[in-house]
Amino acid sequence: MAAILRFFTALLCALTLGAPAFAQLKEVPTLTTRVTDQAGMLDAAQRQRLETVLADYETRTGSQIAVLLVKSTEPEAIEQYSIRVTDAWKLGRKGVDDGVLLVVARDNPASLRRLRIEAGRGVQGVLTDAQSKRILQDVIAPHFRQNHFYEGLVAGTGAIATLLNGEAFPAPKQAPRQAAQADEGFPVWAIFAMLAGAFMLRSMFRPRGRTMRSARGGSNWGGATTGFILGNIIGNMSNGGGGGFGGGGGFGGGGFSGGGGSFDGGGASGDW
Amino acid sequence: MTTSFIFRWTRLLSSAVLAGALLSGCGYNDFQTKDEATKASWSEVVNQYQRRADLIPNLVNTVKGYASHESATLEAVTRARAQATSFQITPEVLNNPEAFQKFQQVQGELSGALSRLMMVSEKYPDLKADASFRDLQSQLEGTENRITVARQRYIASVQDYNVTVRQFPKNLTAMVFGYEVKPSFTVENEKAISTAPAVDFGK
Repeated sequence: MAAILRFFTALLCALTLGAPAFAQLKEVPTLTTRVTDQAGMLDAAQRQRLETVLADYETRTGSQIAVLLVKSTEPEAIEQYSIRVTDAWKLGRKGVDDGVLLVVARDNPASLRRLRIEAGRGVQGVLTDAQSKRILQDVIAPHFRQNHFYEGLVAGTGAIATLLNGEAFPAPKQAPRQAAQADEGFPVWAIFAMLAGAFMLRSMFRPRGRTMRSARGGSNWGGATTGFILGNIIGNMSNGGGGGFGGGGGFGGGGFSGGGGSFDGGGASGDW
Repeated sequence: MTTSFIFRWTRLLSSAVLAGALLSGCGYNDFQTKDEATKASWSEVVNQYQRRADLIPNLVNTVKGYASHESATLEAVTRARAQATSFQITPEVLNNPEAFQKFQQVQGELSGALSRLMMVSEKYPDLKADASFRDLQSQLEGTENRITVARQRYIASVQDYNVTVRQFPKNLTAMVFGYEVKPSFTVENEKAISTAPAVDFGK
């Protein structure tokens, strides 16, 4: 009897206390672009320019740098919020862990901090905690104090990129995914898919016996054309919106996702 | 002769297969996976505490250069560090609540001594302006955050493990093989948090 009572009390407590406590934490935004502006600190053109620079940096070096601008991270401190973000976003390549996240929480109270650099495990050799702190204090903060947010972010990400260049990370994968898009022509494997399709169809439509020898040429040709079309469709399917981005620092038609890098909470917090 | 030989081998083989199926069916492999996961996240915790301990000699020396007459605070840090590093961290600590408690206590004392040192250093403008002190300060701050993250991850992995140990029917497997609930981190200064801070504007 007492056990049943205890169980229901526990259930009640869990329902009434547990739910709001979890709901209070700020949600981690979904990762779609390198520059996520939820605080309205940049205009569209500035956001796009910063995005292009960071995307270009990734195609050249393979390292992922992202910027997140939010209004506030209350009730958490900025570093508690940002580790949740990096755990969800997984910036940087898997195994290399060369991702960096720059977080700005514009309206945070001073005790929770307003600036944060979250450095991936792999970059901490060059982007040490001390260096991160210097970037926040000496590079970003002076701009931010004059409300020059865009200039501050450009200077900050530039400083991060310069430091990352000091480490010899593995080269990015050659032929980034944009090149494999349909307008660039046929990727090699699509030809294989076509051939496979042709063989499949040919074997399906092949006459069983040796009696229809005269018709064989025609059906063979027919099989090849269908195979061509099939292969093309398969090729387009997985090139286009098939949903196969991700992977090692994936960047494909308009989407952006982390490559599986991990973070350990290293970096620095600051203010302006 | 040969038939009984074959028969015996078949029986052995089938019982081995059956045992394998039973063991993996009742969650034996889950315990292995989760046990290893807690060990891995524990090594990360120890690793980060070690990182902090390694920073301290430099920090103490830098502060000494500017604030030599804060010797009491400096000595407290050095003593706490010595105690924390002399505490033997064996794998048994994980399964022994008292040893775990002790580990938490020595590290907590070091945290306290360090935060007092940082508070004291606020009084010395020259020290605060020193570049190497600023670097050490930010490294310490980063490492404290790493410790927090590592502890959180350890707590999560222990929770995962403990739930497996206690849930039916895997708790039966746990009982048979002697897997016990592991201790986890608690708030170090429970008393300090529950008492309201005294604010004094007199100074």
